[in-house]
Amino acid sequence: MLSLLNPVRTHPQVPAPVAALTSTAEMEMDDCAIETRALSVSYGDFRAVHDIQLRVQRQKITAFIGPSGCGKSTVLRVFNRMNDLIPTARVEGEVLLGGQNIYAPEVDAVEVRRRVGMVFQKPNPFPKSIYENVAWGARINGYQGNMDELVERTLRHAALWDEVKDKLQQSALALSGGQQQRLCIARAIAIEPEIVLMDEPASALDPIATLRIEELMRALAQEYTIIVVTHNMQQAARVSDYTAFFMVDDQRSGYLVEQGPTREIFTNPKDRRTEDYITGRFG
Amino acid sequence: MTTSRFDPQTPRRHRLGRVWSALFLGAILIAILALGALLYDIIDGAFGLVAIENRVDPASLAIEGVPLEDLSKEQLTAILAQHISAGLLRRLEHDQPFEERDRASVYALVMERVVEPKIVKTWSLTASLTQRAAIEAEVAEKYPQAQLEFRAWINPTFIQTPQSSKPEIAGVRTAILGSLWTIALTLIVAFPVGVGAAIYLEEYASDTALNRVIQTNINNLAGVPSIIYGMLGLAIFVRGLEPFTSGTLLGVADPTTANGRTVLSAGLTLALLILPLIIINAQEAIKAVPASLREASYGLGATRWQTIWYHVLPNALPGILTGTILAISRAIGETAPLVVVGASAFVALDPSGPFSKFTTLPIQIYQWTTRPQDQYRNLAAAASLMLLVLLLSLNAAAILLRNRYSKK
Ligand SMILES: Nc1ncnc2c1ncn2[C@@H]1O[C@H](COP(=O)(O)OP(=O)(O)OP(=O)(O)O)[C@@H](O)[C@H]1O
Ligand SMILES: [Mg+2]
Repeated sequence: MLSLLNPVRTHPQVPAPVAALTSTAEMEMDDCAIETRALSVSYGDFRAVHDIQLRVQRQKITAFIGPSGCGKSTVLRVFNRMNDLIPTARVEGEVLLGGQNIYAPEVDAVEVRRRVGMVFQKPNPFPKSIYENVAWGARINGYQGNMDELVERTLRHAALWDEVKDKLQQSALALSGGQQQRLCIARAIAIEPEIVLMDEPASALDPIATLRIEELMRALAQEYTIIVVTHNMQQAARVSDYTAFFMVDDQRSGYLVEQGPTREIFTNPKDRRTEDYITGRFG
Repeated sequence: MTTSRFDPQTPRRHRLGRVWSALFLGAILIAILALGALLYDIIDGAFGLVAIENRVDPASLAIEGVPLEDLSKEQLTAILAQHISAGLLRRLEHDQPFEERDRASVYALVMERVVEPKIVKTWSLTASLTQRAAIEAEVAEKYPQAQLEFRAWINPTFIQTPQSSKPEIAGVRTAILGSLWTIALTLIVAFPVGVGAAIYLEEYASDTALNRVIQTNINNLAGVPSIIYGMLGLAIFVRGLEPFTSGTLLGVADPTTANGRTVLSAGLTLALLILPLIIINAQEAIKAVPASLREASYGLGATRWQTIWYHVLPNALPGILTGTILAISRAIGETAPLVVVGASAFVALDPSGPFSKFTTLPIQIYQWTTRPQDQYRNLAAAASLMLLVLLLSLNAAAILLRNRYSKK
């Protein structure tokens, strides 16, 4: 049973101190925020990913790595039903959020997206004031408390408050790219989601802004479950607790090769392909 | 010796570029020339010398040194009573009691009925400026009674006075008001319907065969000749919906418009005409809203309508208004469909609501150009100028509105 959910654990090459490791790791493994079962996604006739069994741990950072086109973004967008916006996209299998299949017919995608927030590759603040960027999501979701207080708390949380506190009413578009991305993170956490999805959140930023985003992610992981797609191996190693590695088969369809604690994936991958990819031996 | 496999020929490529840019410059010059010729033609007709013969010299009507044009309404009424027959006076009183008339309209009556200025000949602006001596000689010889005077055919009185059968005192007030009423009704109908249809097609309609047919039809409708919209308007609004468009349904029809040939019919017809234009432009504007913005909104748990209302529409609005400006420009110049729908040949009373008889500026221009006399040519030129001014000011208003919304 466990082997199905977590192939890494029971791989024959698991090193010696396996008993000790599994006992602690297994307890963590039990605390699953979202999980997929036999997940496949197609765009029209093209099967972008297939048979994904993935477990994402609560209040941890999980990194998705893999070559371009292997379906990392596709899987990420499954978690908040963003693929619903693509007319050709079709999802099969189950995605369990807190035990409930979010693709069940009675589930409202709008409700799912409130619980699973998203930060995109390119910073995309609303062309409105900084304040409004943070407040809007809360307002449409019927936030009852004090809005000023929420905006300040959220911006502090996103480590942006000191930089913007004097210009809350100015346009968010006037911020730098790194600030805009942190604002987008603030916007996402303002509605207190359970999970925050980040699709290459730092790929458009310089190294310093990237570091700030990474620090922010670490801080947010105290409270939130974070899934981050990245092409930057060092970033995945630095920031994530768990890593999932994807590949494409010869039909160009993506699949999950291996998942597990980041340290293991990076120091002692079970699969040859993971090792090749991480050490840069893939073309 | 190394032989390069490249032969950049940079000078030749630059030369080719220069040839093309010269051709484009030529195209611009031709366009400017055509526009210049048009403006010249209109202005040439709208100003110039005229030879006027008055039946009664206005100077003789001055009271205690106050010239006729500065007299009060009461004094003007008295002059009128003095000079015209009692029967005519009663008829005028019957049309609209003098109590209710404003000073400008009484002044117009005095000019029309008492002074009766008659323009016996007009000259173009160019002729007036270059051949003044020859013109003076001609007037002295042929029209010894007449005075030669420089007339701006477009002047405050021209704008303020209603249509008249006498070119000397004819104005375009009725036509301007008719145009404004028609455009207002057109926009009230076409803007919300057009934007609504665009939202539906872009945001809600799925890619079904039916929706594709609808889309293709809308694209084709934009190219349908306007006279056909006139036929449509005649069949639907004037004939089919006559009780509604004439106002009888609401009990407000006046007998002259009980046939449905009203401002309302005209506005609805023009609304049909510009609807495809507004829909297509609004669709383009909505399409241009970046996907990242929609994703951001949906990602926060916004519904489709919240995304449209708070993000898509505000961002598409400048584009939608640009399309609306184009549509207004199209509608305000339309003549043929309004002739078909039944614009009145002669209306001297201002339109007072959707159920009035109507005429519009382009129709007025058209009617004046069909008259043989010189004076009407000048009137048509002045009205054309007026139409351009009206068009430009409506567009300016729309552009100001757009800039206010696109300022972020
Ligand atoms: N909207 C779409 N319509 C059709 N095919 C799509 C669509 N989006 C993605 N795909 C295809 O699905 C596959 C997976 O794409 P996806 O964007 O998930 O890859 P990715 O791993 O995120 O790549 P990258 O690292 O370059 O971002 C690719 O082959 C891509 O061409
Ligand atoms: Mg991607």
